Amino acid sequence: MTTRWTRKDLLGLRELSADEINFILETADAFKQVGTREIKKVPALRGKTLVNFFVEPSTRTRTSFELAALRLSADVINLSATSSSLTKGETLKDTARNLEALHADILVLRHSSAGAPQFLANRLKASVINAGDGAHEHPTQALLDLYTIREKRGNIAGLRVAILGDILFSRVARSNIFGLLKLGAHVTLVGPSTLIPREFEKLGVQVSHKIDEVLPNADVVNLLRIQHERQRREYFPGIGEYIRLFGLTKERAKLLKPDCLIMHPGPINRGVEIDSVVADGLHSVILDQVTNGLAVRMAVLYLCGGISA
Amino acid sequence: MKQARQKTPGAAVLTMDAAAIDRALRRIAHEIVERNPQLTHVVLAGIPSRGVEIAQRIANFIHEIEKVSVETGVIDVAMHRDDVGTRSELPIVRESKLPLPLEERTVIVVDDVLYTGRTVRAAMDAISSFGRPARIQLAVLIDRGHRELPIRPDYVGKNLPTSGSEKVQVQLQETDHEPDEVRLEK
Repeated sequence: MTTRWTRKDLLGLRELSADEINFILETADAFKQVGTREIKKVPALRGKTLVNFFVEPSTRTRTSFELAALRLSADVINLSATSSSLTKGETLKDTARNLEALHADILVLRHSSAGAPQFLANRLKASVINAGDGAHEHPTQALLDLYTIREKRGNIAGLRVAILGDILFSRVARSNIFGLLKLGAHVTLVGPSTLIPREFEKLGVQVSHKIDEVLPNADVVNLLRIQHERQRREYFPGIGEYIRLFGLTKERAKLLKPDCLIMHPGPINRGVEIDSVVADGLHSVILDQVTNGLAVRMAVLYLCGGISA
Repeated sequence: MKQARQKTPGAAVLTMDAAAIDRALRRIAHEIVERNPQLTHVVLAGIPSRGVEIAQRIANFIHEIEKVSVETGVIDVAMHRDDVGTRSELPIVRESKLPLPLEERTVIVVDDVLYTGRTVRAAMDAISSFGRPARIQLAVLIDRGHRELPIRPDYVGKNLPTSGSEKVQVQLQETDHEPDEVRLEK
């Protein structure tokens, strides 16, 4: 490891180099080990204050960041859109400046608008970690996906990764595409044409609308949740139709290579994008992703938050 | 504390050559054997990166002397330091590996240079998060003085009086890809 980390913020994977991504993954190895100790807490960020600011609802990502921060001995404050003054008309910038006036060192931001983390990172001394912004990026989710693939397969370069489902609205897909391509994987996007614009091919990925042709060659299948709450009718004929064409049913799972990994960022819609038996089956590394998310987030908080201001 | 290696041959004084390092570590191995009748309970825990290599060499010498394989481990101190955020460069964290459980065992912390003692304090803190060893001892190749904490080594390869402005450079074949050597740089 010769790379040095110099960034105060983590806004996306698009701007990171392959070396920087690998450096985060190697740092996460050390923090994953901490989770196996009798005392699962280290003093690395003692005295630092982290604010979890989730303008969009999230349980899993927020708790993962919270536990990661607690294991690094940071103090944590959780704010949601309803518990902040955003509902009283305060601007995002003013809310953030108030947090800074409280001497917050790290701001973890989930926001419905793409670019909100960048906006704050440019204006605040505190480290800003993007926990998902609109349909833009969700870098820590992609990092934990990369970490899980690397852990299970030893390497990422050369692997065939299929990303399946709702690509158009997915910040998880975008961050994964940037990360996977930088580390040398081949990426194929699979789903209905309404949810995978041809524009994506410009990023250097392949696009397919035929799942049965993609599954037999895949080393990794990353399923994205069908986001009912964002879906408008014109994109989507109906759940039954989607399952028939793109659902990872137990019959389709038979097409997979024996060592193929099935991943899902959660929460899973059992019976929609994935059958229950497949989600709980041998291919599935969905719960490893949750464990690894903690290690990866500890690494990100340590690297960004540990840099002297 | 390790310093970044600088190549300024004019100002450097050779303090130990490969043979001297070898003799020092062999003597430490003998002392560990003398002080620890139950060698099977001993763990040599190196602090990355040179401490890990030195721990392995001491283990090899103990095996030569007593024909006993002493367990070795790695103890990362970076995430246990008390100065994160105050140094310009963030220490690289590495994975710790220790044989478990630590109860009943003697953990010997191994490092190349003992200076302020803060790294050793961090190492003891890290070890205690794995369990409660029967005792912790400390072995170092060089003790250069200037302690800032009440810590003293149990096994010392060489006591090297220094001033605060000098730098002690340890290089080992395995970690630095250069012949074994200790230099004092003004």
